[in-house]
Amino acid sequence: MPRIRVEVDGETYEDDVEPRLLLVHYLRERLGKVGTPVGCDTTNCGACTVLLDGLSAKSCSVLAVQADGRSVTTVEGLSLDGAGDHPLQRAFHREHALQCGYCTPGMIIASLDLLRDNPDPSEAEVREGLEGNLCRCTGYQNIVRAVRGAAAEMRTREVAP
Amino acid sequence: MIPPTFEYLRPESLGEALRMLPDAGEDAKVLAGGQSLMPLLRLRLAYPDTLVDLDRVAALREIRDDGDALVVGATATHHQVMNDPLVRRFAPLVAAATATVADPAVRHRGTFGGSLAHADPAGDLPAVALALDAVMLARSASGGDREIPARDFFVDWMTTALEPDELLTGVRLPKAGPGWGFHYEKFHRTAQAWAIVGVACAVRRVQGAVEDVRIGLTNMGSVPVRASAVEERLGGNALSDGALREASELAAEDTAPPADLHGSAEYRSHLARVLTRRALGAATAR
Repeated sequence: MPRIRVEVDGETYEDDVEPRLLLVHYLRERLGKVGTPVGCDTTNCGACTVLLDGLSAKSCSVLAVQADGRSVTTVEGLSLDGAGDHPLQRAFHREHALQCGYCTPGMIIASLDLLRDNPDPSEAEVREGLEGNLCRCTGYQNIVRAVRGAAAEMRTREVAP
Repeated sequence: MIPPTFEYLRPESLGEALRMLPDAGEDAKVLAGGQSLMPLLRLRLAYPDTLVDLDRVAALREIRDDGDALVVGATATHHQVMNDPLVRRFAPLVAAATATVADPAVRHRGTFGGSLAHADPAGDLPAVALALDAVMLARSASGGDREIPARDFFVDWMTTALEPDELLTGVRLPKAGPGWGFHYEKFHRTAQAWAIVGVACAVRRVQGAVEDVRIGLTNMGSVPVRASAVEERLGGNALSDGALREASELAAEDTAPPADLHGSAEYRSHLARVLTRRALGAATAR
């Protein structure tokens, strides 16, 4: 079995993994990082989105061995500085940008990815940026509002992920 | 679902990858970004014995200037391609079409060469490669280097002219010169879905006449196809709205579009005509 070394939310892990183990299953079942859910299992819904070396990736479509030597950020790693919730997490709460919450971790990671490239996205740009993330209950109005609200806060405070 | 079991090989160089392929045999698959292959594994639609992961073969990611052409490395990601200054300047059709592929997370991992070697007729990039007369650069340990023109590369549904021990190493794209206009027109119902039909077109105008026109159709057959009848009708003629409209009516000629839940063959033929007119209009608007 291949041995992998991967940094997840700031901590380094070394594990022997079966080649077919998906990154999302590694995160949830081996590391207990259950903040990243499995959604559609077909690369459509984006619920399992994490940052892989800083870029968003659907962790159901990446093998754990492919993360060897790389760094992963999940939604659980967003407030490492101890300063409480990330502005995106607060904005999703404030704007009622979720009902069941299943898509929320992926939405927040995909939003983070979008805001890195574009700190002040228009409504259309938020919708484009989140096109790989599906929400089946709240709808997108409040999600878009939350992302733009968080962006405004992050621009004034220079918050790092 | 959990993918089936397979052996996993991770070569560190192109030479090592080429040496591994003959031993891995016909039931091996090359893993690039995995954004098409991983869903197939999870749905248990593919059962490869071995995956040869190209992730560590850094040389295959390069995009370089090659005189009158660009060479895009096979594992350059979509994200890399659509943001690359050389691609944006010299192959704007590739940049524009790549930006319509799937969604940002998939584009971070999916690769240019992977999309072509996967040869899904509903994929956007095969029709673009065909419209641009791209040349596929293949290499094997036994046969050395081989150049395959796009029109010979796509053999059948998800089947290319690559041999089992052969690797697509890159794609040569002719540089766009002055007078060329481009457009990729994609029709799909939801943001990240495959094209029901797509039209890639490249038009060169000289003094109000269409000097050269190339049109590649996505999802109008088991392989990407050129709309040859439209090209012949328009080429050498004066450019006008009427000429574009009339020529576009020929877009579905000699095609065999699939019928599925997204649309009948007849509907796809209709779309091909409408989208070709739109694509030609956009490519000649500037």
